Amino acid sequence: MTRKTLTLFDRSLVRPALLESLRKLDPRVQWRNPVMFVVYIGSLFTSALWVQALVSRGEAPAWFIGAVTLWLWFTVLFANFAEALAESRARAQAASLRGMKKTVTAKKLKEARHGPWTVVPGDNLRRDDIVLIEAGDFVPCDGQVIEGVASVDESAITGESAPVIRESGGDFSAVTGGTRVLSDWVIVRCTADPGESFLDRMIALVEGAKRRKTPNEIALTILLVALTLVFLLVTATLLPFSVYSVNAAHAGLPVTLTVLVALLVCLIPTTIGGLLSAIGVAGMGRMLLANVVATSGRAIEAAGDVDVLLLDKTGTITLGNRQATAFLPAPGVDEKDLADAAQLASLADETPEGRSIVVLAKRFALRERQVHELEASFVAFSAHTRMSGVDLPQRQIRKGAADAMRAWMESQSGSYPQAVVQAVDTISRRGSTPLVVAEVYQGKPRVLGVIELKDIVKGGIKERFAQLRRMGIRTVMITGDNRLTAAAIAAEAGVDDFLAEATPENKLELIRKTQAEGRLVAMTGDGTNDAPALAQADVAVAMHSGTQAAKEAGNMVDLDSNPTKLIEVVEIGKQMLMTRGALTTFSIANDVAKYFAILPAAFVATYPQLGALNIMHLTSPDSAILSAVIFNALIIVALIPLALKGVRYRALGADAVLARNLLIYGLGGVAVPFIGIKLIDLLLTAMGWY
Amino acid sequence: MKHLRPALSLFLLLTVLTGLIYPLAVTGLAQALFPWRANGSLLAVDGHAVGSALIGQNFTTPGDFWGRPSATSPYPDNAQASGGSNLGPTNPALIDAVQARIAALRAADPDNHAPIPVDLVTASGSGLDPQISLAAAYYQAPRVARARHLPLADVEALIARNAHWPWLHLFGTPRVNVLELNLALNALRAKPID
Amino acid sequence: MTTEFFVLLAVLLAALLATVRPLGRYFAWIMEGRPAWAPLAAVETRLLRLCGVDDGEMDWRQYGYALLIFSAIGTVALYALQRLQGWLPLDPQHFGAVSPDSSFNTAISFVTNTNWQGYAGESTMSYLTQMLGLAVQNFLSAASGIAVAFVLIRGLARHSTRLLGNFWKDLYRITAYALLPISFVLALVLVSQGVIQNFSAYQNVTTLEPTTYAAPKLDAAGQPVKGADGQVVNQTVIVPQQTIAMGPVASQEAIKELGTNGGGFFNANSAHPYENPNALTNFLEMLAVLLIPAALVYTFGYAVGDTRQGWALLAAMALVFAVAVTLLAAAEHQGNPAIGALGVDQAHTALQSGGNMEGKETRFGIAASVLFDAVTTATSCGAVNSMIDSYTPLGGMVPMALIQLGEVIFGGVGSGLAGMLVFALVAVFIGGLMVGRTPEYVGKKIEAFDMKMLSIAVLLMPILVLVGTALAAVLPAGVAGLANPGAHGFSEMLYAFTSAANNNGSAFAGLSANTPFYNILLGVAMLLGRFAVIVPILALAGSLAAKKRIPPGSGTMPTHGALFISLLIGTLFLVGALNFFPAWALGPIVEQLSPLPVH
Repeated sequence: MTRKTLTLFDRSLVRPALLESLRKLDPRVQWRNPVMFVVYIGSLFTSALWVQALVSRGEAPAWFIGAVTLWLWFTVLFANFAEALAESRARAQAASLRGMKKTVTAKKLKEARHGPWTVVPGDNLRRDDIVLIEAGDFVPCDGQVIEGVASVDESAITGESAPVIRESGGDFSAVTGGTRVLSDWVIVRCTADPGESFLDRMIALVEGAKRRKTPNEIALTILLVALTLVFLLVTATLLPFSVYSVNAAHAGLPVTLTVLVALLVCLIPTTIGGLLSAIGVAGMGRMLLANVVATSGRAIEAAGDVDVLLLDKTGTITLGNRQATAFLPAPGVDEKDLADAAQLASLADETPEGRSIVVLAKRFALRERQVHELEASFVAFSAHTRMSGVDLPQRQIRKGAADAMRAWMESQSGSYPQAVVQAVDTISRRGSTPLVVAEVYQGKPRVLGVIELKDIVKGGIKERFAQLRRMGIRTVMITGDNRLTAAAIAAEAGVDDFLAEATPENKLELIRKTQAEGRLVAMTGDGTNDAPALAQADVAVAMHSGTQAAKEAGNMVDLDSNPTKLIEVVEIGKQMLMTRGALTTFSIANDVAKYFAILPAAFVATYPQLGALNIMHLTSPDSAILSAVIFNALIIVALIPLALKGVRYRALGADAVLARNLLIYGLGGVAVPFIGIKLIDLLLTAMGWY
Repeated sequence: MKHLRPALSLFLLLTVLTGLIYPLAVTGLAQALFPWRANGSLLAVDGHAVGSALIGQNFTTPGDFWGRPSATSPYPDNAQASGGSNLGPTNPALIDAVQARIAALRAADPDNHAPIPVDLVTASGSGLDPQISLAAAYYQAPRVARARHLPLADVEALIARNAHWPWLHLFGTPRVNVLELNLALNALRAKPID
Repeated sequence: MTTEFFVLLAVLLAALLATVRPLGRYFAWIMEGRPAWAPLAAVETRLLRLCGVDDGEMDWRQYGYALLIFSAIGTVALYALQRLQGWLPLDPQHFGAVSPDSSFNTAISFVTNTNWQGYAGESTMSYLTQMLGLAVQNFLSAASGIAVAFVLIRGLARHSTRLLGNFWKDLYRITAYALLPISFVLALVLVSQGVIQNFSAYQNVTTLEPTTYAAPKLDAAGQPVKGADGQVVNQTVIVPQQTIAMGPVASQEAIKELGTNGGGFFNANSAHPYENPNALTNFLEMLAVLLIPAALVYTFGYAVGDTRQGWALLAAMALVFAVAVTLLAAAEHQGNPAIGALGVDQAHTALQSGGNMEGKETRFGIAASVLFDAVTTATSCGAVNSMIDSYTPLGGMVPMALIQLGEVIFGGVGSGLAGMLVFALVAVFIGGLMVGRTPEYVGKKIEAFDMKMLSIAVLLMPILVLVGTALAAVLPAGVAGLANPGAHGFSEMLYAFTSAANNNGSAFAGLSANTPFYNILLGVAMLLGRFAVIVPILALAGSLAAKKRIPPGSGTMPTHGALFISLLIGTLFLVGALNFFPAWALGPIVEQLSPLPVH
């Protein structure tokens, strides 16, 4: 799966975004962003003042009003551009998602029985179409088995490595799109139309761009509107204040409307106001980049708040497939003989478990043999016998679950030693899966021993959990294993807690209980029986390989079907909130410098002593005001990369993160504009404009 | 309006409690325990009240210690119209007033070239400040001594006897009560009639 | 700057600190409604039943209705009392009815805990009006303020409920168990130091020297006689006596400070020797002002089960207070350069306090004056023992800025804590986003509705102040009231609306505010500044109480450390004070930078 990664200002994105930022000058679009709407109105107003100055006597020189007006329009356009750029990036990412939807072919049957079929693309299947699925085929649609029985690898969905049996009638008749038939065949009736899949609908949602504001975004917007309102009054009342001062000092003229609008635009939080929606869109985009499709920005935001992660053991904490880790020979059998037999029986077994047996046997210096030299015929795993193996001349070797092997031994009139029973028991208790190997050699049945298939905890997962703990997130492992096994694996993986012998019911119960404590729960799920829990969880990531029901119930879909992704989802959610907070702080902190630039400039004619407040030593009142306005516009552009990429995320405790961000965006927010405005003023002066 | 009855009755109840019972109880106890202070700390000479130990009076003759300038209306130290000048620090009227006070002090004591302590030329907040700083008292001592025909040392000793020093460096300033000081002066030697 | 100042500041804060925990717990006891000592509990039950109070708790709306109705009754009663005082007893000086606009202003002023005084007490109000009207509202407005703080504390401490307490019960318990007993003790201590408490007529004493002054000669019709040149003819008047105002001062003084009301019995307020006779009373009055606002912060921490939360807010308050008052002290110790230029000695020496003494009392000097001023403007008290109008420009800006922070540096009884919590919530909102979580404070998520209420609570005040000042600055009726010219006159108007909208009550008192224009405009500012802030705070409490309580984790932003304290102070200045920067520039800052007046 290769996807084009886009550079920040990719040319293919910038040009349409530039056009789009002009189209966004539509007042109906501007109205949606109250802070920028004020800038918009201010720009219109100074434009009118400029025209007035051009055609008759204006309140200030036309070039000055013109310059201020120009930069006010730039402020609006830059904000538009930020939003447009974020949108086009998200759109581009969504488009590439469409391309990666894997196309599966299906063997479409004319009637509901084994017979002639035609190959059609999976997308063309309609509800009630009948398909034949044979060993090795992917299931092309969600459906119902109407004939046959087969073992199906649903590990990609359920994470459970053991194949499951699907047969017509009863509880085990549903198959899900994306799973794979391992043995035998089934005939399936499709239950969903194409284009109705979860993914389809989600891509439409991103492209629809009719984003709804998230709760935090709404709360933040309220704060920003309130600040805007108060600054509106601060500047509006400055006119009467100025009139009084002029009367009192008998000097100067009341402050001009142009300067007031300039001050207003500089004071209101345009930086965050202009970038707020871009941050939200970019958050969705980052999710898409991680191959996660969210149904709403709300879900992404909730991800940042998650307190508890429910993680399925298999596939998330442990590798999806068990691996052979030990051979436990039966009494009187050499370990090497057991390994040899196990290897022979697994040579044709392409499942990960089978391969791991071959690999393990190599440790006993058993070379891989040329299959054709052996004159072997392999017996594939079938749902009926529930064992697999190899038939050699004079020798049959089988491996399988303990009870199946016991039955086979009994059918061959062989004995099943007590020591093997005990070995099977021990392995189970350790949290591993036992696989019994037996043979019939020259008519003599004999149990050779047991292979231990072990759950392997993923590398680095323990560190990941420690990281989460520092971020204040608790991890809970969900497993169907018994308590002992679960505890052993939980300790090894370093999770905070575990739920053993999990059923859909007690999983749901756990979520409800955790939520009642006021915590936000995130989980991943794929099976239909996960649906209630997914629906209940605050952040529910459904695996793309999962069932339709699971995808409906969740609020995100992971296209990679990688349950570990949950951690990334949380990080993206946090990062989005952090970016908003950081830019808000920065925006508000900027006001200090702007006051020091504009106030002395506006009133120095009335009160010459206010020149003392011009601590940046800006060249002239006009250059000071213009520098502040230009800085205010340029800072939006300068911060677009930050808004789109998000502030740097580190898995640290809240205290450390806050300290860092306060330092950078709080103190930095106070300091940066002093430097920026001074530099712009120097530049304007150097260019001889003042 | 189910709140109206509790609102009205509780208002009446609490008004009686805090507006009648409380002040009357305080008055009763105050009059019993601290009658002189509760009634204004009035000072009497020969059975006639001559003022309050806490309320400043206006002194203008050279033989008396002058108190803080008072901005009360319509005349200084009006004890039924307390208040300050409320002149701002840069108000020319303030500077004019200070200059006039300096001129008056200089005129009454032309030989004294010491810098004038600030409290002698600035109006007090209440307009009824009964005290001046020790610096202000010592500044006036030569004038008073001359006018009263007293040795300077006696006047300065009188100031020292009446001086209040900050308690524990914490409570109060170095100061002296002008009315009490002038009463003590009168006791020492009556002011000659000009 | 003097060591006396720092020692006094340290002792004051230490004394306050010592009271915080016991008094904070005591208020928690009052708030929780636990039964008092049996006989008192019996009285409580019986009286409340008599008043028709039912036992149940109220939601925020009911609580708000109750508070508003109660305040409305108080306003009407106080208005009526002023208008009718001429026919009522305890009026030895035979003061007639107070004018309608002044009565309106004063009624609002005292009910809103502002105690702005457009009138001069000793020449306007009868003893009955003072004690049965003004002092009663000193108690009741303070009790309502504390009740509002109770509701907000409950909102934060409770979860998943709509019920926030019973206003009537809170009102009674606060008044009967806290305000009355403490006031009673304080009043007696004040009397022991010289504060008067009597019902006598004003006393006439024969002064040592008669006072002579020039007054316009009046004709039979009471009009000034004009001479041939059109000038008013002056005559010399000789006053051999001093008429000393009397009254039940101590009982009112005690609650005036304790309830952060600040309305003086006399015009000169706590500068008057009968209200504040010496440095000890001054200290006790300062302590009394700070006592309840500080204790309630502890009560909050205690109620939410984490006293560190309260200490953090207190630390922020104490820090801002210490810095502000130190600035103020520095400015006033410098003295007035214009007076220094005349050869006047403003130095601090062993024999005098020195500094800018215009409008200050000798017994307080600079240290006790500025400390008192900072205490009463950081809180919503607004009492003064020195005249702020005559402070140095920067000195006058400090109290103004303290009020403009929203009176959250200790603040008014109840309203201070509520205001500080509002700022804490805003700070947590911004800071919380920065750590990547939906912001939460003491386990409560801050969501859109809360933000709406917070915004109203934070922004209403600056709007009232700025719009009010703007109106006064351009309308002739506004400018007419100014006592000082130029930028200082601007400061007077700015201060008046700052004081009114924040329910402080102190003033740049040169402003002639007892005019219909100011009485009405400032009345409206006080009314909105009080109740239009209380209502959203109650709504906020309602919303918070209904939420679940999220247990804190390491991903939650801690709200008790040094980091949070700095964030809170930063928010206070950026969101709270920065709005006033342009106004400061045109008032105190420009005045401070002005050249000395030429004469």
